[in-house]
Amino acid sequence: MTSLIRTGLPAYVMVAGLAFLALLPLLAEWVDNIFLIDLFMRLMILSIAAVGLNLILGYGGMVSFGHAAYLVIGAYAVGIPAYYDIYDGFLQFAIAIFASAAVALVTGAIALRTKGVYFIMITMAFAQMVYFTFVSIEEYGADDGLTINMRSEFAGLLDIEDNFTLYYFVLVSLIAVLGLVYRIVHSRFGMVISGAKGNERRMQAVGFPTYRYRLVCYVISGAICGYAGALLGNFTNFITPEMGDWVHSGELIFMVVLGGAGSLFGPVLGTAVFILLEEYLSRLTQYWHFPFGAMLILVVIFTRGGINGMFRWLGMKSGIGGRS
Amino acid sequence: MDWGLFTIQMLNGVQLGVLLFLLAAGLTLVFGIMDFVNLAHGSLYMMGAYFCATLVQLTDSFVLGVILALPLTALLGWLVELIVVRALYTHDHLDHVLATFGLILCFDTAVDFIWGPTGMAIPLPEILDSHIDLMGGHTFPVFRILIICTGLAVAGFLYVMVAHTRIGMLIRAGASNRTMVMALGVDIGKLFALVFAVGAALAGLAGMLIAPITEASIGMGNEIIIVAFVVIIIGGIGSIKGAFVAAMLVGLIDTMGRSFLDQLLKIFMSSESAETSAPALSAMAIYILMAMVLAFRPQGLFPPKVR
Repeated sequence: MTSLIRTGLPAYVMVAGLAFLALLPLLAEWVDNIFLIDLFMRLMILSIAAVGLNLILGYGGMVSFGHAAYLVIGAYAVGIPAYYDIYDGFLQFAIAIFASAAVALVTGAIALRTKGVYFIMITMAFAQMVYFTFVSIEEYGADDGLTINMRSEFAGLLDIEDNFTLYYFVLVSLIAVLGLVYRIVHSRFGMVISGAKGNERRMQAVGFPTYRYRLVCYVISGAICGYAGALLGNFTNFITPEMGDWVHSGELIFMVVLGGAGSLFGPVLGTAVFILLEEYLSRLTQYWHFPFGAMLILVVIFTRGGINGMFRWLGMKSGIGGRS
Repeated sequence: MDWGLFTIQMLNGVQLGVLLFLLAAGLTLVFGIMDFVNLAHGSLYMMGAYFCATLVQLTDSFVLGVILALPLTALLGWLVELIVVRALYTHDHLDHVLATFGLILCFDTAVDFIWGPTGMAIPLPEILDSHIDLMGGHTFPVFRILIICTGLAVAGFLYVMVAHTRIGMLIRAGASNRTMVMALGVDIGKLFALVFAVGAALAGLAGMLIAPITEASIGMGNEIIIVAFVVIIIGGIGSIKGAFVAAMLVGLIDTMGRSFLDQLLKIFMSSESAETSAPALSAMAIYILMAMVLAFRPQGLFPPKVR
C-alpha cells in the first residue's frame, strides 16, 4: 500500500504553492489589485473545507453530499453570538467546532449505518434539515441572512478586522489543517480508515470496529468544515442559510475530486482550479456555467483521479496512484 | 377545525404527490435498472416546462402544447442518454453525481441563453382556469384536479405497462438482476435508452403541469429533484409501486405539515413556541421520514425482489 503515503504533488510544487500564497498579499499590493486578496482568501477557506471533506471522501471512501451544512453551522456559530454583541473569537470558534462535531456525531451515527448511494442521500437529507432549520429561524434573519457587524476578537492578540491579518490567519489555518490531516492519515487510526475503504469486512475480521473508527473520522471531518465555516463567516461578514444548499455540497465534492481525492494537497489544488476557473469564466461571459458544466462532465468521463490523474497522464512525476 | 380547508389541503397534498410520482417514476427506473444516479432529471422537468411554454405560445393551445412537448422532451432525454449518460455506466455513483451536476449547470445556462433569465408563464384555457365549489364555501381550481387525474392515469398506465407487458417484464427483470437479463440475450442498452426517454417525458410532463401554476423558471427542477430522490429512497429504488406510495406519503406529509403542524403542536406546547418551531419541523418532516426509513429499513419500503 504505497498509495497511503501520498501528498498528491511533487514536493517543489507544494512548497512553491504555499510560498506563492504567503507572498500573495505583497503581490496584490504591488499590482494594486486588492481584490486578489479576497479571491485567494475565499479560495483558502474553501480549501480547508475541501481538505476536511477529503478526509472522509478520499481516504475513507464516504461520499458525504452534505458537508456544506457544516460551513453554515460554523458561520452561524460566529454570526449568532455576534448578533448578541459577543465577539470573543475563542468562544465563537469553539462553538463552531463543537457544534459541527456534535451534529456530525448524531447524523454520522445514523448515516454510517447505510452504504453507497444511500449514504450520499442520507447525508444530503441531514444537510437539508440544517438548511431548513436556519431558514425558519426568523430571529436570525431566516432566508435573508445575518450581517456580522464585527469580526471575531482574539483578546487583543490578533486583529482580523484587517484583511491582511485575516489572510495570514486563514493561511496558517490551512497549513495547520493540512498538517492535522497528514498526521491523521499517517497514524494507525488513518490506516484503519483507509483499510476500511479498501475492504471493510476484512478490517472487521482483523478485529477493528470499523463503524466507530469511521464515525470518529466523520466527526473530525465535520469539525474541520465547521472551522472553515467560522472563517467564512468572518470573511464575508454576511451569512445566509443558502450557503448550505445541496448545490454547494456538490461543489465541495467536485473540488475534492477535481484535485484528486485521497491525496493531501489534491483538494487545495482542486479548489484553486475551481475558484480561479469560475472567476475567469465569469468575466468572459455571463453564460460561464455552460463551459464550466461541460468541463465537469468531460473531467469525470475522461480523467479518473482528477487533475492529479491528468498530470500523471502527461507523464509528470507524481506521487499519487489513481482512484481505486 | 375547518374541514373544507382540510379537504383542500388533502387535495393539494395529493396533487404534489402526483407530481412527485411523475418525476420519481423515471428516476427510480433509471436508478434501479442501470444503477445510475441522475441529478439532471430535474433539468428535464424544467426543459419540459419551457418546451411547453414555447409551444403554447406558438399554437395558442395548452393541450396541443403539451402533446407536442412530450415527444420533444423524450427526444432530449434520449440525446442526453446517448451523449453523456452512456459513457458513465461503468463509473461509480460519485462520478454520476458529478457529471449530472455538470449537466444541470449546462441546462440552466442554456435556458438562460435561449429563453432569458425571467420565467415564462403558461396561459390556461378558460375551462381549466376556473374553480369548482367545495363544502363550506371553499373552491378548488379545476386545473389542479386535472393534474391529479393525469397523474393517476399515468400511474395506472405505468402499472399496466410494468406488470403486464413484455417491456415491463424486462424492466422488472433488469431492476432485480441486470447481468442475468443481459446473459439471456436482451439488449439492455436499448432497453435503458427507452426507459430514460420515457422517464424524461414523464419528468417533462410534471414540469408542463406545474408551469401554469408557478411558471417555468430557471432552476425550477433543482429543489424538487431532491424531494424526488427522497421519494425513491423511501419507496425502494427500482420500484414503481414504492415510488407511488412514497410520493403520496411525501406529498401529503409535506402539504399537511405546512398547513396544520402549528395547530397540532399547540396542543402540546405554548402557541408561541409552536409557531416558531412548526415551519422548521414541517420543512424537515420528509427528510426526517427518509432518515428514519433508511435507519430502520435501508432498502426502502418496497425494494424490488432479489438484488
